[in-house]
Amino acid sequence: MFGYYLDLALRSLKRNKVLTALMVVAVALGIGASMTALTVLHVLSGDPVPGRSGHLYYPQIDPRDMDGYQPGGEPPDQVSWIDGMNLLNAHRADQQALMTGGAVPIQPTRANLDPFFAQARYTTADFFPMFGVPFEYGSAWNADADERHAHIAVISRTLNDKLFGGRDSVGQTIRANDADLRIVGVVDDWRPDPHFYDLYQGTYAENEDVFVPLSTSTDLKLPHIGSTDCWGQTPPGSDGLKQAPCTWLQFWVELDSPAKAAAYKTFLTHYSQEQKTLGRFLRPPGVRLRNVMQWLDFNKVVPGDVRLQTWLAFGFLLVCLVNTVGLMLAKFLRRGGEIGVRRALGASRRAVFEQLLIEAGMVGLAGGIGGLLLALLGLWLVRRQPADYAKLAHLDPVMLLVTFALAIGATLLAGLLPAWRACRIAPALQLKGN
Amino acid sequence: MDILPILATLRRHKMIIWLLMLEIALSCAIVCNGVFLIVQRMQHMEMPSGIAEHELVQIQQAPIAPSTDRYARAQEDMAALRQIPGVQAVGMTNQLPFSGYSSNGGVMLSPTQPHRTLNAATYFGENLLPTLGLHLVSGRDFASDDYVNADAILKSLADGSGKGFPMPTIISSTLAERLWPQQNPLGKLIWLAPKASFRVVGVVATLARANAYDTATAQYSMIFPLHMGAGKDQSYLIRTRPQDRQRVLTAAIAALEQADPARVITHARRYDEIRSDYFKDDHAMAGMLVSVIVAVLLVTGLGIVGLASFWVAQRRKQIGIRRALGATRADILRYFQTENFLIVTFGIVVGMAMAYGISLLLMMHYELPHLPWLYLPIGAIALWLIGQLAVLGPALRAAAVPPVVATRSV
Repeated sequence: MFGYYLDLALRSLKRNKVLTALMVVAVALGIGASMTALTVLHVLSGDPVPGRSGHLYYPQIDPRDMDGYQPGGEPPDQVSWIDGMNLLNAHRADQQALMTGGAVPIQPTRANLDPFFAQARYTTADFFPMFGVPFEYGSAWNADADERHAHIAVISRTLNDKLFGGRDSVGQTIRANDADLRIVGVVDDWRPDPHFYDLYQGTYAENEDVFVPLSTSTDLKLPHIGSTDCWGQTPPGSDGLKQAPCTWLQFWVELDSPAKAAAYKTFLTHYSQEQKTLGRFLRPPGVRLRNVMQWLDFNKVVPGDVRLQTWLAFGFLLVCLVNTVGLMLAKFLRRGGEIGVRRALGASRRAVFEQLLIEAGMVGLAGGIGGLLLALLGLWLVRRQPADYAKLAHLDPVMLLVTFALAIGATLLAGLLPAWRACRIAPALQLKGN
Repeated sequence: MDILPILATLRRHKMIIWLLMLEIALSCAIVCNGVFLIVQRMQHMEMPSGIAEHELVQIQQAPIAPSTDRYARAQEDMAALRQIPGVQAVGMTNQLPFSGYSSNGGVMLSPTQPHRTLNAATYFGENLLPTLGLHLVSGRDFASDDYVNADAILKSLADGSGKGFPMPTIISSTLAERLWPQQNPLGKLIWLAPKASFRVVGVVATLARANAYDTATAQYSMIFPLHMGAGKDQSYLIRTRPQDRQRVLTAAIAALEQADPARVITHARRYDEIRSDYFKDDHAMAGMLVSVIVAVLLVTGLGIVGLASFWVAQRRKQIGIRRALGATRADILRYFQTENFLIVTFGIVVGMAMAYGISLLLMMHYELPHLPWLYLPIGAIALWLIGQLAVLGPALRAAAVPPVVATRSV
């Protein structure tokens, strides 16, 4: 019966080509627009470190003076050097890393390359195992290298390609800010999006090309890039930002269980109280401990415009669907005569309903294919936009399935009302009318 | 034209009419809010910077090795830039309107107040008024002996001596009006820290901030006469005629590299690029909204064409009878036009309520003002036009039905 209904549906759709085309185009436009928007949203709100994000936490404490104090206010979103070092050396978490962003001038030894600036991350050793950074050559440095202020660096695959033509460059040196850094590792392709561990570098920023131990970076006075928030009177002194009342570092910890996270939060409160007793902190303890997804959510990393576009696209899809329901209803009702004959010849309501729904499903399938093509076109257009996140807009298999499910589901839903209405046509009245 | 017979007919197709009205209402709501959002974005994109945008180029550079004397480097660089033919003025700044990366400070009206009065942009630089083309409305520009090295100020703040303060400052008229409404701001003092006081010596008409997110505070700016020295966070600014910008930029890069080859030019661009880069998201969003509005109206229009064609085909016989009974072609045409007008009008009424509801939702989730009433007629007019345009084809076909159809059986 299914084959026969398919044949009937095809004939019916062919009979009125313009109307069929109208319905298919409306569904395709709606699906295309909403899938484009939904894919962008899906890509942007993704988990940057799948499998690890639930165990990675971002501790915040409030070391500021009383200027502008409000009870329960949000603590600064970075830590100062002193607090960062204290928390790091406390070793209360399974793994912990203190880091900040920067840019280092690189003087290539190759004659055909001009000096250039490379995005850099100055961090302690746990960064690599904690975030699961993959290595193409060599490996990360260890805590001992942090202690020794070793002149070493880990570089990205991109930089390795540029400077060493993609060869194993472990043991070679790069000249950065007039100092020689020995390469100990080359990072394989790794780009967490959003750039969760330091949102000040741009939410969907490219990854760093050079990683240097934090201790080494302050020795060599490598340029810092990122947000620096200061309070009070004392401006940065001769030792840079180390003693200054400024927050400019990010501190991440790994805590394997909720119990450990709760314990760590208590530790942060105790630490704040202790610092207050010592007179370093003036405010009552203001402590936060968010995991990766909570941190991204709190910072509203998905641009508001992208959410608005998604709503807009679904509004448009709704218009397209209502349009299709109307056209399908008109079409089915017009076939009252034909339906009346089928019913009079013994077809049950259910059979008529099935037949009409198959016709609606075919419109949905065609609209889905059209919508998929339009979504691909839409995503191509998005990628050509200048926004930072634009390059990430690609359709993944999940979204491909969602597209088809949405297209067919939506059209079947749109076909329900007309089919139900049409199968209730009284056969006698129709036959008499003709 | 008698409306009652039309209403009677419409009642026989209740479900289709409801659907059509719903579609029109949704379109109306989307169009009203969409147009409002577009206008908001366009107003935001037109935010004034107060500077001679089309006459400016910016060069940002950084040394590849720690530098010895950044102040001497900066003076030497600027001297070299001034030598380039076509250069009208050369300056230095830590930020530019709409450049994104910003430097701001909390302003106080007395050294002891517990909370800051407001937050404003802190422009540190040299020769900014002539180079940026800022319009001085009262007071004076900085004199050459107003300038001090940034290190001297930092040292004075560090040892708490207050040496060198109060320093002169030039502020924007918006900031002056906010701090001292209806008063003469010249000679007044502000504090950025209890020991850091500044005396207002001049007021410029407009100078936007680097991160002008909020229209209300976008023009709160202060300029301080500081030698910052050459470094990665400072920019050289060159003012020249619009047609000379590209040539001057190329010559300036060459001049800087000749003065000291041990550096990297990180940015070299016209100011126009900075502005369009800052507003690129608004631009993209406005474009997206326009396409959605066009698509919604198109789909709705095509839907009306499809349904109207059906009705015309369905009512061929009745039309024939009416024509046979003496109705003119114009009567038939007007019948379908009036019918469409009625349906669209019902849709619009519902749509306006919907538009209002969507606007309330948007206000909850985005920082948007209330949808002004003015925008409601825009959606209404757009849909009336689309409706009439869409029904015209089918209505003309209906009018062309000959009276003889009445006498034929199907």
